[in-house]
Amino acid sequence: MNQLVYLVPLLPLAGFLINGLFRKSLSKQVVSLIGCGVILIAFLISLGLFWQVKSNGPIIQTYFNFIDIEGLTIPFSFQVDALSALFMLIITGVGFLIHVYSASYMIEETEPHFARYFSYLNLFVFSMLLLVMGGNYLILFLGWEGVGLCSYLLIGYWFKNNDYNNAAKKAFIMNRIGDVGFLLGIFWLIAKLGTVNYGNVFSAAVNLSAVDVTGITLLFFIGATGKSAQIPLYTWLPDAMAGPTPVSALIHAATMVTAGVYMIARSNVLYSMSAITENIIAIIGIGTALLAATIAIKQNDIKKVLAYSTVSQLGYMFLGLGVGAYSGAVFHVMTHAFFKALLFLGAGSVIHAMGSEQDIRKMGGLRKYMPVTHITFLLACLAISGIPPFSGFFSKDEILAAAYAKNPIYWVLGVTGAALTAFYMFRLYATTFLGNFRGTHEQEHYLHESPAAITFPLIVLAILSVIGGWVGIPAVMIPGANVFHHFLQPVLTTEVVSEMPHTTEWLLMGVSVAIATIAILWALGKFSKHPELGEPSGVGKFLANKWYIDELYDGLVVNPLNKFAGFLKNVVEKRGIDGIVNGVGRFVLYASRQVRLIQSGQVGGYILFMVLAMIVLMLIWINDGYIYTYLSKIF
Amino acid sequence: MPIQYYIFLSLALFCIGIAGVLTRRNAIIIFMSIELMLNAVNLLLVAFSKMHHAVATAIDKGNTVGTDGQIFVFFVMVVAAAEVSVGLAIIVMMYRNAHSVDVNFLNRLKN
Repeated sequence: MNQLVYLVPLLPLAGFLINGLFRKSLSKQVVSLIGCGVILIAFLISLGLFWQVKSNGPIIQTYFNFIDIEGLTIPFSFQVDALSALFMLIITGVGFLIHVYSASYMIEETEPHFARYFSYLNLFVFSMLLLVMGGNYLILFLGWEGVGLCSYLLIGYWFKNNDYNNAAKKAFIMNRIGDVGFLLGIFWLIAKLGTVNYGNVFSAAVNLSAVDVTGITLLFFIGATGKSAQIPLYTWLPDAMAGPTPVSALIHAATMVTAGVYMIARSNVLYSMSAITENIIAIIGIGTALLAATIAIKQNDIKKVLAYSTVSQLGYMFLGLGVGAYSGAVFHVMTHAFFKALLFLGAGSVIHAMGSEQDIRKMGGLRKYMPVTHITFLLACLAISGIPPFSGFFSKDEILAAAYAKNPIYWVLGVTGAALTAFYMFRLYATTFLGNFRGTHEQEHYLHESPAAITFPLIVLAILSVIGGWVGIPAVMIPGANVFHHFLQPVLTTEVVSEMPHTTEWLLMGVSVAIATIAILWALGKFSKHPELGEPSGVGKFLANKWYIDELYDGLVVNPLNKFAGFLKNVVEKRGIDGIVNGVGRFVLYASRQVRLIQSGQVGGYILFMVLAMIVLMLIWINDGYIYTYLSKIF
Repeated sequence: MPIQYYIFLSLALFCIGIAGVLTRRNAIIIFMSIELMLNAVNLLLVAFSKMHHAVATAIDKGNTVGTDGQIFVFFVMVVAAAEVSVGLAIIVMMYRNAHSVDVNFLNRLKN
């Protein structure tokens, strides 16, 4: 099994190459067969590796030296341990379902574009696998950049629409800002320790000074804020919804955006050494969770609500990381991958049935037209709202319990966010699926349940959303049932295990579930009969406009940069650079016009110049030695 | 006779030749001026050759040091004679074409 490790990322790469290079000649059936097939095989190998890791411990495979220079050797190696095995299963498993879904969802595209889509998707899976399987920070960074590129390519998949291109550029640039921080962190690490291999770094970490650890972890965290859409770099994620819906499900909900969580969980040894960074992460995490949740309440685009919900849930994961509940955060990554992918795919099914309509104000009453989509969507909403026994409850509970142990204020804010989550999810659910249909007659006539290739992934993900949390049942309910925590123990060595009285823990759970239930019932009562259709005003308008954060960034960063670029273009470029180039040309023209007058046609004049030149040459020849010594003194 | 006299005479002849070439427009006069310059050089060659040879024979009779300058003069004269024939032919052709031997008529390459 160990020899097959390299096949896991290599298969999607092969799929990318085949689909990408032969996109004009392959039929859609072949393309989807290759695209889905490579991911399925990778998933099966990952499953084998998972059991291998579970029984025999981590696998480390080194292939060749990626960088080999004086004083620095970075091997190209894969490290498959509990954490990466888990991520590999999520990436290939959820990835496979989304590939199957895409094969039906994108069927209306023309053949080359269909193949282009699948090749990008395979390239993404390859990069993401590289990210989680890499045995050192450099390989992680390779994957990190690769997923950023694929995200850009897929957001701008419909490249004829300029808004989509701008959204893609926004995502790429925002990610770049974070990547620079991450790269600087890696440089710092190399400068201090001379290695980037996980094992060597974590064993040598005790030698780092407090300043170094805080600096490195903060720079890494800047990278994570870009990739995982945290304050202040989160604004790209809602715009990234320009891409096809399965892309939003795979990249911008289930996998890529959790790369930051993976990276910090992977570096838990470093993070646990710096209390400052941990506090910053917790504060930014809970801040993002609340900010995005408030924005989500007032969005009317079905995908925008889910996008802000993703940002908010990522905030929870970072809260978990910040309070030391690493396995809780990773647990939430897993359950979130299930129910958020399900929500996006369900939204895709709805959009498909509605003929590309995304505004929930024009939906309503879809329950009776799309039974499978409706039931699976409802299960996902219950899971994300934290209702037991659905998966979201267990992961969110683990994070909230750890937050309470660290600081009760985090818990209060976290429960507030959970209530907001339940509220906006059921506002979305009620407006979309309950009440009467509000679209046109034409749309109503066209409404239908999606084909099996779309409903099959929905059903599988719905089952996972329901039972996926049962691997992490807290000890207070059934002692020893938290196998998830136990499984990750060897990697997450610095996990903070919060000990608190059982009554407190039961109370915390009860309060959060009660608040979430109240929020759900309130949302159902408020929106199932009378969905808000008008334009919001007052605070609602402020929230609907996303706190005017985009406008703030435009004013603070984008416009000044545009002005500066305009100055460079119009003044420095036109007057300065062009002036020099044109000036040289003009000077040569002018000089040649003057020198041309010497050619008078008078033979006597020519002879005169000849004689003068001879005299000059002779003078030079006679004084050769003097001139030479003089020149050698100057130069 | 001191060598300086020869040098000054040769220099004077050469300068007259240059001045003639630069100032005159008549091709034949220019030609004569060129001949004057050649002869100035010839004179100098012969003078130096004689001087070196005199010094050398004073030390050892019967050697040939410095005589190559005089041989060189013969070559110059031969080449000059060849050049004169070509040059005069050009002037004849020029007169046939332009009915003049004024070099300023040879400005057809201008512009």
